[in-house]
Amino acid sequence: MKGLTALLCGILFGIGLAVSGMTDTAKVLGFLDLFGSWVPDLVFVMGGAVCVTLVAFRFIMKRDRSLLGELMSLPSNTAIDGRLLAGAAIFGIGWGVYGYCPGPAISALGYLETNTAIFVVAMLVGMALANRVGRA
Amino acid sequence: MFAYTTPLIGGLLIGLSAVALLLFLGRIAGISGIVWGAVSGQPDNAWRWLFVVGLLAGPLLYHTVAAVPHPTASALPWWQAVLGGLLVGFGTKLGSGCTSGHGVCGIGRLSPRSLVATITFMATGIGTVYIIRHILGGV
Repeated sequence: MKGLTALLCGILFGIGLAVSGMTDTAKVLGFLDLFGSWVPDLVFVMGGAVCVTLVAFRFIMKRDRSLLGELMSLPSNTAIDGRLLAGAAIFGIGWGVYGYCPGPAISALGYLETNTAIFVVAMLVGMALANRVGRA
Repeated sequence: MFAYTTPLIGGLLIGLSAVALLLFLGRIAGISGIVWGAVSGQPDNAWRWLFVVGLLAGPLLYHTVAAVPHPTASALPWWQAVLGGLLVGFGTKLGSGCTSGHGVCGIGRLSPRSLVATITFMATGIGTVYIIRHILGGV
């Protein structure tokens, strides 16, 4: 049941990314081109998604357990530190270099383009490197 | 169709997915965290892999059923995919989240930490595209 729910949530998320245009790097880069030929469409992706989570999370976060009886696994770290800022800054640079953040990159793998596969492999290598830095 | 309709519908679906994952599994739909958890072999991992499979299958389902063509392939060179991927992976792991975990879910939780992260990666993303397109003259 848990696995099936996760699969369905993944499918829904993936459809959302494709419908919204997030799997199109040209659109994403156009959206990030705020001081050039800015394409504002994608504001509505984050806007629409946050509207839903802002309302629904308020109620769900009061629960002790999920509907399937799992413990609620919410992030406990509230620190706004150098690690957070450096990580977010580096992530944003990478996003601007190619036009994918992690979700759309995975979602676009099915389009069978070599560069997307290269991006995802490099992303996993990047994660592994950061994991090593984190332990040091 | 109005240019903002499909981004809005897509955004709402992404929000619904994040809500369902939290409601049923008690988990935050942070893609970078789920992907790292899957490949690094965390305990109780099947749900992560299934979510990733769904993430990959969803667009194929949409493009097939709705008969919408795939987006045009990126014209950027392979080395830019390598560089972008490395930075995205390194940054999201170091900063514990990406557009979904910090953006969609973190702001939904009213987390100041996630709001700061979101503003930061939006700013450096915009800055990077500015530098590449308008200073270096790239695409």
